[in-house]
Amino acid sequence: MTRPMPVPEAGAGGDAPRASAPRRKVTASKLVGGVLLVGLALVPVISALIEQPYYVTLFTRMVIFALAALGLNLILGYGALVSFGHALYIGLGAYAVGILSFHGVGSGWAHLGVALAVGGVVAVVLGLICLRTSGMAFIMITLAFAQMFYFLAFTLKQYGGDDGLTIAARSDFGLFTLASNTTLYYFAFALLVVCLVAFHRLVHARFGMVLRGCRANERRMAALGFPTLRYKLTAYVISALVCVIAGVLLANLTKFAAPSYMSWQGSGDLIVMIVLGGMGTLIGPVAGAVGLLVLEEFLSAWTDHWMIVLGPMIVLIVLTAKRGIYGYLADRDARRATEAGTGA
Amino acid sequence: MTVGLFLTQALNGLQLGILLFLLAAGLTLVFGIMNFVNLAHGSLYMMGAYFAAAVFNATGSFVVAGLVGVPATMLLGIVVERVALTRLYARDHLDQVLATFGLILFFNELVRIIWGPASVYMNVPAALSGTVELFGLRYPSYRFAIIGVGLAVGLGLYLLIHRTRAGMLIRAGATHPEIVAALGVNIRRLNTLVFGLGAALAGLAGLMAGPIVSVQPGMGEPILILTLVVIVTGGIGSIRGAFYGALIVGVVDTIGRAFLPTLLREFLERSLAQAAGPAIASMLIYVLMAVVLAIRPQGLFPVRHG
Repeated sequence: MTRPMPVPEAGAGGDAPRASAPRRKVTASKLVGGVLLVGLALVPVISALIEQPYYVTLFTRMVIFALAALGLNLILGYGALVSFGHALYIGLGAYAVGILSFHGVGSGWAHLGVALAVGGVVAVVLGLICLRTSGMAFIMITLAFAQMFYFLAFTLKQYGGDDGLTIAARSDFGLFTLASNTTLYYFAFALLVVCLVAFHRLVHARFGMVLRGCRANERRMAALGFPTLRYKLTAYVISALVCVIAGVLLANLTKFAAPSYMSWQGSGDLIVMIVLGGMGTLIGPVAGAVGLLVLEEFLSAWTDHWMIVLGPMIVLIVLTAKRGIYGYLADRDARRATEAGTGA
Repeated sequence: MTVGLFLTQALNGLQLGILLFLLAAGLTLVFGIMNFVNLAHGSLYMMGAYFAAAVFNATGSFVVAGLVGVPATMLLGIVVERVALTRLYARDHLDQVLATFGLILFFNELVRIIWGPASVYMNVPAALSGTVELFGLRYPSYRFAIIGVGLAVGLGLYLLIHRTRAGMLIRAGATHPEIVAALGVNIRRLNTLVFGLGAALAGLAGLMAGPIVSVQPGMGEPILILTLVVIVTGGIGSIRGAFYGALIVGVVDTIGRAFLPTLLREFLERSLAQAAGPAIASMLIYVLMAVVLAIRPQGLFPVRHG
């Protein structure tokens, strides 16, 4: 028996067009989302002003993980498919860059193209197998497959094995290269914004409705005649490809590809980001990625054993803050909008 | 490839399978009764190994290490269940996975603080340090002891679940928890009992594995993943599935790693076989799991209701 995920009210994303609120009021959730994105856009400027170039690198990490979390959230938040193995796709993206660079291919288009092609094939095959199961078995099998690729990377002796693979130069896109930290940052940020806009359209289109329908009651959706497997598989592949792009960016940031990128901790971190920020919202994963990495930064500056604090914190977050930071705001705004709507 | 070598590897596989069964039995019981997935089960195994290693190195007695280590792990499991996990039984699987993920981070860091990041060594007990002669084959007696203990536990679990009143309640609780509670059974105590039993089995696995693996932070995760493969392959919630699944996974993994690279050399170019052999061998059990799921999504030995 699997329990259905709690279903947030329609428009809980805070960014859905609402019939009950005709005037476009500035709500807290919209404000937070806007401030977050504008703040991220200004990071290189601010870090240049305060002469702390390290912050660009730190925030590039945040943007990359925000992108990956956004991708995973498509199936986790909107489809209730808890994949505990999406770090696998980050690793695939990173290894595509690493292995192509190892063989002297420096073109960013080739890196992205090969990464997306390989990631797409792997995602279709694994998706078809994993989606035969649901609930608990789906979590376990995605975790096991990610682990399979993790061990596979260990056996790639010619590409560094467990030591990982150093990448000589960052991707070259012809018109621009990612050699400068600022270019890489804005490239990652631009991809994040593009994905946010695309996902906004996707989840509010028929596709997103069907996906959310499957989350609420898949049997009913099937009875209505929707080929639910095809929708879930498409969502799974899209979410995997977004993580592949994040992996390509991560390899460019660290100039390194290692099996540890695919470790189960990486997959777990992505889920923590989503739940911390608010699952089933668009800005939530972004807020969660920034939140978790800032938290890690503070904790690790404070003590070497920061995991002993983070672990129980995760348990507490799960036990108390069910809807996450951004999800809480979005819920509150949606509630107020309905109250205002019924009061008028 | 000699028959003796093959037999040795088959016994190694059986021994790995038995260890996996000790873990899988606890995990699958907890899942079957409480519909709860405990990723921190591997951490209980790790704590069991550390407890046993610490007591063994202090007293020099393996029996004392077992008598302290296994109940200590059980107690730890019960405390964790009472403090954090009971609140999660009614939540969805995502919350359970996430909270137990947090527990893994906590326990790994805890042992790193207490025992340091390096491995702790634990010797094979003196009485079992020799070898046993079987059909002209010399095999370490300690590994035979692991197989013996595992088979005894399997038999004990079978008798407990099918022949005792507690086992009857466990079976009933797995299918109809509300009815069992309505009949006046304290379902919370039953849950704690089952969780403690699972933790004790994990502690036992940690004790038995202590002398043959390196006891170190994070040792629970690789074996947890194997255990998940066992459970998914065997059928979630079924002890029988855990038993056969564990043996299949243990034997296939060990035999594959030992012989596949040599076997591939017969067909492929040497350099290619050397590269592909270990890679394919490490993927073998996952491919097995994928094939099983493709044919029988419910696993090989699903729970029989009714």
